[in-house]
Amino acid sequence: MRMIGHIAVNVFKESVRDKVLYNLVAFAVLLIAVSYLLGQLTAGQDVKIIKDLGLAAIATFGLFIAVFIGIGLVWKEVERRSIYSLLSKPIRRSEFILGKYAGLVLTLLVNVSVMTVAFYAVLAYLDTQFAETVRASWPAPATDPGMLKAIVLIFVELMLVTAIALFLSTFSSPFLSAALTFGLWVIGHFNADLRNFEAVVESPAAAWLARALYYVLPNFAAFDVKSQVVHALRVDASYVVTTALYGGVYVALLLTGAVIVFSRRDFK
Amino acid sequence: MDAIRTEDLTKHYHVGFWRPRPYIALNALNLTVGQGEVFGFLGPNGAGKTTTLKLLMQLIYPTSGRAEILGRPVGDVGVRRRIGYLPENPYFYDYLTAEELLAYFAGLFGYAGADRSRRVSALLDEVGIGAERRFQLRKFSKGMLQRVGIAQALVNDPEVVFFDEPMSGLDPLGRREIRELILRLRDRGCTVFFSSHVLSDAETLCSRVAIVARGRLAAAGDLSELLAFQVRAWELVVANVEHARLEPATSAGDVTRVTSLGGQRFALEVPLSADPTRVMATLGVHGAQLVSLNPVRETLEDFFVRQIAAAPSDRGLEPVSR
Repeated sequence: MRMIGHIAVNVFKESVRDKVLYNLVAFAVLLIAVSYLLGQLTAGQDVKIIKDLGLAAIATFGLFIAVFIGIGLVWKEVERRSIYSLLSKPIRRSEFILGKYAGLVLTLLVNVSVMTVAFYAVLAYLDTQFAETVRASWPAPATDPGMLKAIVLIFVELMLVTAIALFLSTFSSPFLSAALTFGLWVIGHFNADLRNFEAVVESPAAAWLARALYYVLPNFAAFDVKSQVVHALRVDASYVVTTALYGGVYVALLLTGAVIVFSRRDFK
Repeated sequence: MDAIRTEDLTKHYHVGFWRPRPYIALNALNLTVGQGEVFGFLGPNGAGKTTTLKLLMQLIYPTSGRAEILGRPVGDVGVRRRIGYLPENPYFYDYLTAEELLAYFAGLFGYAGADRSRRVSALLDEVGIGAERRFQLRKFSKGMLQRVGIAQALVNDPEVVFFDEPMSGLDPLGRREIRELILRLRDRGCTVFFSSHVLSDAETLCSRVAIVARGRLAAAGDLSELLAFQVRAWELVVANVEHARLEPATSAGDVTRVTSLGGQRFALEVPLSADPTRVMATLGVHGAQLVSLNPVRETLEDFFVRQIAAAPSDRGLEPVSR
């Protein structure tokens, strides 16, 4: 565990030095700018739109970090040959993979946490700008803690995206890894359509294939409860826990695959 | 217990996408290196030196055969606590300073706190990195990176250290410093295994050498035994003689090579089959003066070239970049 932690801290340091966390500034600017503009255009609906936009931005910014840093975690070390020195030290290849993964998850955790704080800060400010009668018409308070459920699931989704990117990058090029990760993310959001595919096709083979893909591919749609929390619809804690466990199992499988592939690899 | 032992260590690559064909990067290498030795692993580019080092570091897996370091299989994590490795043309994390990089690696060996800082500082002093230690590595020249690479290989005070082309990228002063460092390591009892195609380094530093050519071990042994310090000819330097006077000796086969040194001075190579005193007596008749008479011994370069030329060329395919 000490080795994994040591490598993870180094990945986090790399992210900070590579100015990855600058995206937080972009996030803050986006939220403040949009709040200001909406304040000029709409009345009363600002808070719901800011909630929609804020949660979508947390997910999108995180997605780009998870994909673009995730695919480079292993590839850069191999391509630049810095891995030669590292693997001659007393670390196992599995520790290298898990350390790299943990480092990016730590980066994402800091990123999502800071964005969440900024998000709630903007909402708290907006809350002060409206009369009690307007606030009473909202389905949920501006700083509804229920939105944290959506943010927790966004974070688990990002952990899963990172694991996919890392797994693919252990054997394919960065371009292909990025394309496949994005592809899986998009398909994963339309996973329910695969389940219902048999209702619209006649071919049993196609229906069977679609059903198989439904079970094998990650169901990213399950992590998306953004619109429910914005509209103050009920999201059970048990759903959050079950979905997070589903994500955890998927991550564990992907990391196991990454370790197996990486452990057999020749660094020519 | 040997510091390093390989038994029939072999590595094949498959080259080509549609019809992959084998390329023999290393063919049944048998090698032993004793503890405390400075061992030179020599060979031309593409001979299999880096492949061997990568096999010893388990960066690549052998097709067949085995390798041990300090009596343990090369994959053993415990043995990696006791070794150091400098890769060829080392490259590290751009965003770290030299100090941070070494602190990172020292942490992997369990160094922490003030102990780690002292270790890092001493190592950077040892490889001659001064105020630059606080610069990010992206600003380092090739030679400076090489020094950092050597420092990181020594971070755990290893019992066996593997250097892949340690002099690469260094200026003459740097080369001398690293030569001295290798000798200091030897004096501390550290085994140094280094690959090089610079033969003068091996001649200066090594007690034993191995020569690989086209993936095979061409020769291995004590430098003194391999070269045997055999006299292969005589070098006769004469003065006050015109070039034309040398012609009869050359025609008779008593002189195989004439090198003009300027001002009627010549260096003559006299084969062992001829008598240099007879050649001198003949030239003396024409007023030639003897300046010096020395045996010409085989150099490591002569030996190396002979071994490379004699090595079989069958490797499955022509060498590819690895």
